Amino acid sequence: MDRELLWLMAGVVGVLVLSTLVGQVLRLRARSARSRETVANLNARIAAWWAMAATFAVASLTGGIGSIVLFALLSFLALREFITLSPTGRADHRALAWSFFVVTPIQYVLVGIEWYGLFSILIPVYVFLLLATRLVLSGDTDRFLERTATIQWGLMACVYCVSYAPALLLLDIEGYDSGSGKLLLFLVLVVQASDVFQYTWGKLIGRWRIAPSVSPNKTWEGFVGGIACATLLGAGLWWATPFNPLEAAGMALLIALAGFAGGLVMSAIKRDRGVKDFGTLLPGHGGVLDRIDSLLFAAPLFFHVTRFFF
Amino acid sequence: MIGAAIAGLARLIAGGSVQWAERPSSVPRVYFANHTSHLDFVLLWSYLPRELRARTRPVAARDYWESSRLRRYLAGEVFRALLIDRAGPDARSAVDRMAQCLSDGDSLILFPEGTRGTGEEIAPFKSGLFHLSQASPDIELVPVAIENLNRILPKGEFLPVPMVSRVVFGPSLRLVDGESKDDFLARTRAALEAIRGSA
Repeated sequence: MDRELLWLMAGVVGVLVLSTLVGQVLRLRARSARSRETVANLNARIAAWWAMAATFAVASLTGGIGSIVLFALLSFLALREFITLSPTGRADHRALAWSFFVVTPIQYVLVGIEWYGLFSILIPVYVFLLLATRLVLSGDTDRFLERTATIQWGLMACVYCVSYAPALLLLDIEGYDSGSGKLLLFLVLVVQASDVFQYTWGKLIGRWRIAPSVSPNKTWEGFVGGIACATLLGAGLWWATPFNPLEAAGMALLIALAGFAGGLVMSAIKRDRGVKDFGTLLPGHGGVLDRIDSLLFAAPLFFHVTRFFF
Repeated sequence: MIGAAIAGLARLIAGGSVQWAERPSSVPRVYFANHTSHLDFVLLWSYLPRELRARTRPVAARDYWESSRLRRYLAGEVFRALLIDRAGPDARSAVDRMAQCLSDGDSLILFPEGTRGTGEEIAPFKSGLFHLSQASPDIELVPVAIENLNRILPKGEFLPVPMVSRVVFGPSLRLVDGESKDDFLARTRAALEAIRGSA
């Protein structure tokens, strides 16, 4: 068992214990109906964080295969939520079934057998061509490009991008054991902490909205405070990565910025579809896609930048 | 065991939000729902609390569920389906068997449209629900609206496309003394329509 990985996990447990205590204190002190509602939502989120952390820990402790299975399942659930809100029709049924039951498993099998060459082009090249071909064979030309593009986008976001997270375990970095899953935990910690920091700063001092037409809850104060804290957190975790503290800070900054962009893009999709959340699976958070929206954008960038420089 | 696995699988593929207007109860009752997919009753059934699941039987078409060994096994051993003949002279005996199930303490899942629709309109109800209510006048009828299953597993498809669904268990109702068949069928259908539209 990797000692540094254990330290990271112990840190997560510590933070969760602390936030649970804070949540309970806030619950006792909340007076107005509005603050009680905010605190109830906060506590639902914390409870869901415990469940997510436990799931992630079990996956990490079973080695690479556990992480691959976990992220494959997340892709499946995220794509499911995405397609629910997409303007697909009866003619797309077979192509969609293929996307769920063939493309998604193959993408993760490629991670499992460490076939980087095919893993990195399966969906952007082969599926891109095959999907359009399969859809045209159904003979329905009504909004053809819109339907095709939406399904392709869903596969790119929910399957291709997410699969880069467990793919971090395959990176070949001199003098560093990527297979231990520490780099994956570093990514997940920074990206999720960045979300939490942005939320917290926004709730505490947020005033100036950063993109009022897309997401009313995102503020400049939340953005700056959240990204800065996430960068510091990343720098502070350098000992678990192949980076020195400065490089770790740079990587964390990249992860947090990409994560912010991912959250904003997914908000725009929700707004366009007229929904607040993609699903209801995670109490307080919404659906799976609401929780991993920032990971979608951060994972491939983090993977490729690390692969290029280290 | 197999039942729990099937319920879990149904929710992994088609699960979503579920709402109950009243608390689930073990008193025998009839759940009646709109019908667009073979997954309809599996999903409805998977949302029942486990102990109720074991005592709730779907009413299903014999010709479909006896057409292969797997289906016959699922209908007989897992879902304990009450199989009825769709085309046949003995509509009377089907109602009697349903009433018998209820008095034995089991609940029923019924699709009063009689066949699967496209998901847009709820078809007019067949008279079975009325005759059953006459035979067992004290039984509560629970309308259940199931949404999105027509996209998940439409008629004529074998593989489902996983999507988020919505299932609403509405407030129960029962036959009123002296209510005519047409009034009763229109009222029960309107009750289903009302919860389907509610966000």
